[in-house]
Amino acid sequence: MTLSERMYLPAIAQGLGITLKHFFKKKATINYPEETRQRSDVWRGLHVLKRDENGAERCTACGLCAVACPAEAITMTAGERKKGEEHLYREEKYAVTYEINMLRCIFCGLCEEACPKAAIFLQDDKLAPARYERDEFIYGKDRLVEPLKTTETK
Amino acid sequence: MAKITFDGIEVEVEDGTTILQAARKIGGDVVPPAMCFYTPLKGSGGKCRVCLVKVTQGSARDPRPMPKLVASCITPVQDGMVVENTTNEDVLNARKGIVEMLLINHPLDCPVCDQAGECDLQNLSYEHGVSATRYEEPRRTFNKVDLGPYIQLHMTRCILCYRCVYTADQITNKRVHGVLGRGDAAEIGTYIENVIDNDFSGNVIDVCPVGALTDKTWRFKNRVWFTKPLNAHRDCPTCSGKVTLWSRGETVLRVTARKDEYAEVEEFICNTCRFDKKEMSDWTIEGPRNIDRGSVISANHYELPVVNVPIVPNLPKSTVKKMPTE
Repeated sequence: MTLSERMYLPAIAQGLGITLKHFFKKKATINYPEETRQRSDVWRGLHVLKRDENGAERCTACGLCAVACPAEAITMTAGERKKGEEHLYREEKYAVTYEINMLRCIFCGLCEEACPKAAIFLQDDKLAPARYERDEFIYGKDRLVEPLKTTETK
Repeated sequence: MAKITFDGIEVEVEDGTTILQAARKIGGDVVPPAMCFYTPLKGSGGKCRVCLVKVTQGSARDPRPMPKLVASCITPVQDGMVVENTTNEDVLNARKGIVEMLLINHPLDCPVCDQAGECDLQNLSYEHGVSATRYEEPRRTFNKVDLGPYIQLHMTRCILCYRCVYTADQITNKRVHGVLGRGDAAEIGTYIENVIDNDFSGNVIDVCPVGALTDKTWRFKNRVWFTKPLNAHRDCPTCSGKVTLWSRGETVLRVTARKDEYAEVEEFICNTCRFDKKEMSDWTIEGPRNIDRGSVISANHYELPVVNVPIVPNLPKSTVKKMPTE
């Protein structure tokens, strides 16, 4: 090596140049969760149990989502609809409990495909957020069922 | 003895055997399906028409073909008969039509029905039917009827195969159960509020090919593919005591008679075994029941459900997850 090469001065200048160049480049990262990227229309995120046009739950606890689930993340217990609950549940059978373990779920969407009642969907705008406790990842009906639209906000 | 050729396969059977039984002797895919015929019940068969086959040669002595498709479950064999089932286009088309007709008034409530997963009509329409319906008129509907404290009748799902009527006639010694009305208005009745209180009345549930007669103690408890079928027996003074337990964990959810590959009951069981003995300790377990790999029941790779107790109060005890003890 020559003397100038051994002093590494040109190499240092070259390195600083690369660093400087990056100041003016577009950043590869974003400030999640304040900013979010646009997701694809077919993005599979957090599940939702839909209601029908009258606000009754569509799910009849038929178990097809649970049997289709490759990760065995879904469990449910069924119950019989009583008289006077027709506005709550669409069919004579409904899910008393319905749980999805989000740690097990691989968000493949097979439950959505299996559902004969168009009850379960994977939303494209919501994710299962990180939490500290494992229990908190077991989503029950309280967090899965679509909220009733009481006001005309939407 | 009579020698017949069924779908190109030669088989020798006793005189007087029906074509269907001869086909079942061959076994496998060539066997025509049957919705109303039931070997243990005398006089059953000839009603649903799904077992129609083409007889291309009547017998060795009279080789003319039979003019129309015949119901294989009630047509006896003749020596030298040549029968076509899966190899004949007409038979397959006719069967498609029959399935469509059976489904005209059958509600598509499989997600709610307790029979789903072990329903003969479901299997039949899956194998022979078309996926869409052309029927636009309203289907006939009935209210649910309770036949005694244990059996529920959903007349909407009934395909009028008469199996339960024959069972009530032949297994039980008092006739309390029959078909009322004719044609489109025909329905299974119990002669006005006459509940079935015979010891063997529960067998009408097992013989029903659809979900028209269901076990009330099993109603909406679970789906059949989440339960584990076990062969078990007990010392029963009234019946053979040989049953299949449909269990989940340590809970017996349902007890049925043992059925063979054509969904026919091997031995009828009594109501005590079926409805009252719902503890594992009541039974001697022989081992798991062999289930066809293609059946949805073989998907039961399930454990007890994990239930988040604080979120849903007052859950049944069966849903509490037991942690393994060391």
